[in-house]
Amino acid sequence: MPKIIKLVFLLYFCFNFSYANEINTKVDQITKNLRCLICQGQSVYDSQSDFAISMKLVVKNKIDEGKAEEEIYDYLKNKYGEWIVYEPELNQNTFLLWSIPLILFVFGGLLIIRKVSIK
Amino acid sequence: MSKNIKFLGLLLTLIIIFIILLKGLNVSKDYSNEKLKSKIDFSLNAKKLFSDEIINISDLFDKNSPSVVNIWASWCAPCREEHQFLMKLKDMNINIIGINYKDSPKNAKNFLSLLGNPYSEVITDNDGTKSIEFGAIGVPETFIISGKTNEIIKKYIGPLTSENLIEIKNLLKKNA
Repeated sequence: MPKIIKLVFLLYFCFNFSYANEINTKVDQITKNLRCLICQGQSVYDSQSDFAISMKLVVKNKIDEGKAEEEIYDYLKNKYGEWIVYEPELNQNTFLLWSIPLILFVFGGLLIIRKVSIK
Repeated sequence: MSKNIKFLGLLLTLIIIFIILLKGLNVSKDYSNEKLKSKIDFSLNAKKLFSDEIINISDLFDKNSPSVVNIWASWCAPCREEHQFLMKLKDMNINIIGINYKDSPKNAKNFLSLLGNPYSEVITDNDGTKSIEFGAIGVPETFIISGKTNEIIKKYIGPLTSENLIEIKNLLKKNA
């Protein structure tokens, strides 16, 4: 009988740990996309500043509340502006930024096709 | 002929890149959220510094007129500097709500008994999460918040100055 109890406990803790790990990896994943606003060139994930520590906690709380990743980004963008996230939004200011790689890719592809077909 | 075209193409590309970079020099890069007018979630709960009682922050705000919110800590030197200005605001009968940021209650109380208490109420923010709700990046920061719409009317990052006092007074009058 005690063996069974032990087993149940073990399973219970295993499940608990995996759940905690899942949340932590999610927090890491989100904070890697957040710019630490008071530390130059660091993400919230990398930084140990007071601001970043609090931010990690806020992200964790939001996940515990059941918020989705996008909702958390929107919440923080609302508070700190678009600068808080690393990935710039697609708008008329960033249109070139997003389209140039695509244009270059198509242009390069065309060049290759032409070279190959000439041969 | 084709050599000329290649040369012209290269020159044109360089000129275009040059113009883009030149224009980029004049674009002002203001990444601060000082001008952002976000709304505060008034359903937030917080612990009072003096009584350990947990309250809803909406109770602290005057519904009909704007309030001033100041984030401070006893360990923060610029907070000590701006404290005289907060005391002046208090003398003008302005509702100032204090958020005590990552501080020990003992030090915070000492700070206020030494320099005076300008706040109508002080709530504690031990883990810094409440300051993030206000969109703060550190201490000190001061906000003027409308009690009607929960919106930030004005935000000051860093210590207040005597010029700010006049501005705050005018803004409160305008939004009252």
